[in-house]
Amino acid sequence: MAQHTLSVLVENSPGVLARVAGLFARRGYNIDSLAVGPTENPTVSRMTIVLNLEGHALDQVSAQLFKLVNVIGIQEMKSGESYQRELLFVKVKKSNGNESKIAEIASRFNGRVIDDGSSTVTIEAVGMPKDLEALLSQLKEFGLRELVQSGVIAIESGDVTLAERTLTETGVASSESHSQTEDYQN
Amino acid sequence: MGEQITGAQSLVKSLEHVGVDVMFGIPGGAILPAYDPIFDSKIRHILVRHEQGAGHAATGYAQVTGKVGVCIATSGPGATNLVTPLADAQMDSVPIVAITGQVPGPAIGTDAFQEADIRGVTMPITKHNYLITNPDDIPRAIAEAFYIAGSGRPGPVLVDIAKDALQRMTEFKYPQSVSLLGYKPQTEPDSQSIRDAAALIAQSKKPVFYVGGGVIKANASAELIKLAELVGAPVVTTLMARGAFPDSHAQNLGMPGMHGTVAAVTSLQKADLLITLGARFDDRVTGKLSSFAVNAKVIHADIDPAEIGKNRYADVAIIGDLKESIRALIPAVDAELKKSKPDLETWWRQMNSLRSTYPLGYNEPDDGSVSPQYVIERIGAITGPDAIYVAGVGQHQMWASQFIKYEKPRTWLNSGGLGTMGYAVPAAMGAKVGAPKTPVWAIDGDGCFQMTNQELVTCSLNNIPIKVAIINNESLGMVRQWQSLFYQGRYSNTDLHSKRVPDFAKLAEAMGCVGLRCESKGDVDRIIKEANAINDAPVVVDFNVHRDAMVWPMVAAGTSNDEILIAREMAPDWDSQEL
Repeated sequence: MAQHTLSVLVENSPGVLARVAGLFARRGYNIDSLAVGPTENPTVSRMTIVLNLEGHALDQVSAQLFKLVNVIGIQEMKSGESYQRELLFVKVKKSNGNESKIAEIASRFNGRVIDDGSSTVTIEAVGMPKDLEALLSQLKEFGLRELVQSGVIAIESGDVTLAERTLTETGVASSESHSQTEDYQN
Repeated sequence: MGEQITGAQSLVKSLEHVGVDVMFGIPGGAILPAYDPIFDSKIRHILVRHEQGAGHAATGYAQVTGKVGVCIATSGPGATNLVTPLADAQMDSVPIVAITGQVPGPAIGTDAFQEADIRGVTMPITKHNYLITNPDDIPRAIAEAFYIAGSGRPGPVLVDIAKDALQRMTEFKYPQSVSLLGYKPQTEPDSQSIRDAAALIAQSKKPVFYVGGGVIKANASAELIKLAELVGAPVVTTLMARGAFPDSHAQNLGMPGMHGTVAAVTSLQKADLLITLGARFDDRVTGKLSSFAVNAKVIHADIDPAEIGKNRYADVAIIGDLKESIRALIPAVDAELKKSKPDLETWWRQMNSLRSTYPLGYNEPDDGSVSPQYVIERIGAITGPDAIYVAGVGQHQMWASQFIKYEKPRTWLNSGGLGTMGYAVPAAMGAKVGAPKTPVWAIDGDGCFQMTNQELVTCSLNNIPIKVAIINNESLGMVRQWQSLFYQGRYSNTDLHSKRVPDFAKLAEAMGCVGLRCESKGDVDRIIKEANAINDAPVVVDFNVHRDAMVWPMVAAGTSNDEILIAREMAPDWDSQEL
């Protein structure tokens, strides 16, 4: 089971999210998270898709995705060569004056209390998925009432931009575009 | 400000501009504004009897001419009736454009009368689609639709246009050129991949050309013949590629796959190199994938990068237009072969032995009834390789692929990927419109025929004289064959009683066609000739044939190609073969 993060530039046209989501559904690709939003170019949106590739080659997923006419470019965001972050809100149960303990745990993960209710404390945190997982596992003992996560977004490190990379070149910019995995027969 | 015209006029002008000469369709409420300027247009509109017929006719037209076929329908049920032909064209990479009316923009999303979200419905079964609500967008959408449908790997494109966008005023501005950020098909092959492929070919002692429908789409038959003769390897042509390489050519081993020849199937299984040209390793060709051609390296040439490695790992991938790719391969292979040319004699001895020991054949029924294979074989022999043959789906389709000899591309049309019963009559209609001087025979089953035969009315009224051979075994023959083989002969719901009802000859006459019937072997030739002599009306011949005939050879679904049977419970005698 391999997790990959793909950044996908798409034309900002109606139905494009349905096209991408439909492709993943009908070809049986598993999405762990999908975040979509505007870019520096108003005609282009950017999707960040975290995939769980069980039995599918990343090249095949990229190639199928790139067949969609509204998909402009695709780039895998590799750890070490990119920054990946997620935003999380969580309501944690309050009891016996544990607020300070909850706040302390949150701060250890660069999180903070944004709302202090009568029975819950709401925490906001931004981080890499594994750090947020660690935060949640520590908060779990207090009882989680509600959890919201934004899905991962990612950007490449250094000066290079995805638009430059994909709008000037051919499109599919996977560094492994000519390699194949062994699980092609699934 | 330029001349103001309606969106509907802009649509028709755009279709004229892109070079449409014929379209198949039916009007209705939402598309009605478009039909007013169609009335004045030089574009020929053929009024069909069911939108599915319009879609398959567009496909038949496109398959024969290589141009983009066009169909047009109204919103809701008109549009949903196009779903099957769109899916069919998507699976077989056929360039068609479907124009549909949509309810007015303000009504979209309100469950209005005859509203269906056809853009949403057809997203997975089109290459691309559009919903147009602004009349100013019509010319660009049409230009893009035709460009997308006909370029790269061809496919269907749907343009859904809201009724008010057809009614409102606009200025006609046809785009000078089409440029799409996210769609730039690579047509020129990478030179390194050509060199790598040539090197593999020059090392191979057991090469096979695995030829798919892409060769026909790319008009690359002449190039293929050159390359094949240069290499000297066996050639197999898939169901979609029949006619891409002449059947009479000594290197042609026939069709591979579930009902392929023993020689073609075995050549792939035993090869050390598959030179794959415009084919996609479909399950009907590979059988059980893990046991398919296990010792073969693979060269995979295709215009669609997503086909590379989808089902089978490619040692060398050549992305590009096949005509250009094969053209580039010829000198590269020639140079390699001049350095060293492998001896293919042993390989050919093995293949020739299989070919002569296990030719395609059939048994005559012992009850005196007519053999379906005989009828189909005679239609092909008498009408010849210049005619166009269009099959439905099932046993008759396999026999038409096996027993008609194809010499040229675009003379064999069928629904290969989707397996659409009912394809033959409307597709033959479209084929005849595209090639009016060429005889067009639909080889149909009695089951298929009853799905779409109403288009014979369209043929009669529009001077489209196709010929239809109904291979009438009064059953859903292929399903019945599987029931015989895998369900202990329990014929659940496959008996159509179609030697009693309907009376096909009378039905044909009622639709303005000539209706003929053939019940004995001695009459087969005479009736085929009689049908061939009629050119002023469609002809339907009801050939009553033996109902228990089966399609052989057969690789049962999900099993290995090594398990090929030449008849029921009868495998080739592998021990006597030197493999």
